[in-house]
Amino acid sequence: MAEVIQNECCYRTNHLENSWDIETYLANGGYEIWKKILAGDLSPAEIIDEVKTSNIRGRGGAGFPTGLKWSFMNRHAPGSKYIVCNSDESEPGTFKDRDIMRFNPHQLVEGMMIAGYVIGACAGYNYIRGEFWEPYKRFTGAIDQAREAGLLGKDILGSGWDFDLFAHLGGGAYICGEETALLESIEGKKGQPRFKPPFPASFGLFGKPTTINNTETLASIPMILAKGGKWFADLGVKNAGGTKCYAVSGHINKPGAYEVRMGTPFADLLELSGGIWKKRKLKAVIPGGSSTAVMPAEAVEGMTMDYDSIAKAGSFLGAGSVMILDETTDMVKSLERLTWFYYDESCGQCTPCREGTGWMYRVVHRIRQGKGRPEDIQLLKEVSGKIMGKVICGLGDAAAIPVESFLKHYEHEFKHYIEHGCSIFDRV
Amino acid sequence: MSEKNQLAEELKVSVIQGDVKTRIDRWIANYPEENRKSALMPALRIVQETSNGYLTTELMDQIAEYLQVRPIEVYEVATFYSMYQHKPVGRHQICLCTNLSCMLRGSDELLEHIKHKISVTNTGEVSPDGKFSVRKVECAGACGGAPMMWIGKDYHENLTEETIDEILDGLE
Ligand SMILES: Cc1cc2nc3c(=O)[nH]c(=O)nc-3n(C[C@H](O)[C@H](O)[C@H](O)COP(=O)(O)O)c2cc1C
Ligand code: SF4
Ligand code: FES
Repeated sequence: MAEVIQNECCYRTNHLENSWDIETYLANGGYEIWKKILAGDLSPAEIIDEVKTSNIRGRGGAGFPTGLKWSFMNRHAPGSKYIVCNSDESEPGTFKDRDIMRFNPHQLVEGMMIAGYVIGACAGYNYIRGEFWEPYKRFTGAIDQAREAGLLGKDILGSGWDFDLFAHLGGGAYICGEETALLESIEGKKGQPRFKPPFPASFGLFGKPTTINNTETLASIPMILAKGGKWFADLGVKNAGGTKCYAVSGHINKPGAYEVRMGTPFADLLELSGGIWKKRKLKAVIPGGSSTAVMPAEAVEGMTMDYDSIAKAGSFLGAGSVMILDETTDMVKSLERLTWFYYDESCGQCTPCREGTGWMYRVVHRIRQGKGRPEDIQLLKEVSGKIMGKVICGLGDAAAIPVESFLKHYEHEFKHYIEHGCSIFDRV
Repeated sequence: MSEKNQLAEELKVSVIQGDVKTRIDRWIANYPEENRKSALMPALRIVQETSNGYLTTELMDQIAEYLQVRPIEVYEVATFYSMYQHKPVGRHQICLCTNLSCMLRGSDELLEHIKHKISVTNTGEVSPDGKFSVRKVECAGACGGAPMMWIGKDYHENLTEETIDEILDGLE
């Protein structure tokens, strides 16, 4: 393996002692961009240009170009506007934002401040999943320190500008990662996605224009501006700039979150995370979180970790949450667990998703119990097909994708259960 | 039920006073004045934390009154999110992640171990001494430390039967 360069952006200070402290951040170039902005040396238009040049695409899963998203906001529109950070991080397999908040919270705070300035926001909220108490404490600790240093709050460093940041803790609901459900949740309501349009850029938090970005996206901004959009773009590949934080979990020796360059070979990432555990062979990879299609080992050969290469190989980069499944994995049992997740988490607004997720779980469950019927495979395909594209938000599609992809590549395992009442690993 | 809460129930005095009130008020101040309702989720969490770990209708009504919203708005939210509990729980509620990355590293076996250890047959049941209950939860965003569980505000990662015993034995 050629040496893999790590931790150039979001995790750049994670190895330092008290990396979450403002002193550490300041000693490593922290808040320099913010001070430049306050001094009037960096205009919103210049920032948007630099972010566009950086070729950064949203790290929350959809991969939308961030510079373009920011340009949808009219910073001069009257009234309140908000910047919202999405730290819900609940997609199974995803745990990269947690380490940003635990170890480098100030870079996220500065990123939110910069984004807030660009869109003309009066305040920002970071929506942190309710279970993340430690990251929440680190994040609010960072806000307090920034406020104390006069970098945040009223009349910041005498600039005449007021801007403040807050955290909002979730209550345990995957759907709140969907951006409009998240806004509802901050408003103190059930996390049910809104019908779009209107989009948050015109009708967002408290009905005001709002920009929502993922934690990693926002935490990358200070470095993009410090080192230049071109620097960031050059780290990555043609269709996506930068580094990317990959969360690697499952059957490997050193699970963890790794920040490497976009386009790093999958094989290198696997080696970095210690290789498959127990000297076993790789069976399958779910490359971007549970909502992305499972890929058999053959499909990941030669693949690099970026949008285009993963798409070409048959899946999606998503949030960069790489789940590794070794040769002993029971694919029926794995899918059973994932279908339960989507059934558990559907918000219930749309009939195809509410009913379909339950249906898919029950069918996979009965197959796994050895009570499957020959027509069940066809039934699963039909039900998943009836959800895709017929619902309000992405959770519906996310629930259908695992079912379709597991059946596409491992139909024989489902058939074995149906025919013999047990897994391919059990003796018949 | 703690003595304090019992008294509150009897007198129909709101639990939202003293420290609880101060904490909720701090959250209210984080949102625009006309959006007091935004403090509902923090209020539910704080009241639950200070009321034996679960929410009763009485408690939810008190929150509704304090935040000036209709009781139904509180019930809706309190039943939508999985971190709010509506039935008695152990003094320590063990939340074991059983989603895929944890399952791949043995969470199913650990669940059996925990149930045996705390002497319950099913999830959701409170142990005879009232100390524990266990609940299966979805991915907690810590799959790098799978298998994992969270108890209250703490994450416990890279679990084995031995470390679980140590952690549980160490709790009051
Ligand atoms: C069901 C569902 C769950 C999602 N969960 C998250 C999440 O946990 N974190 C996140 O940043 N984006 C999540 N998203 C994507 C967001 O809706 C949104 O696209 C993203 O926060 C935008 O930020 P970005 O452009 O910086 O990626 C989710 C989307 C769906 C449909
Ligand atoms: S697709 Fe599912 S989760 Fe999304 S809004 Fe509809 S019912 Fe809710
Ligand atoms: S699957 Fe258990 S923490 Fe993610």
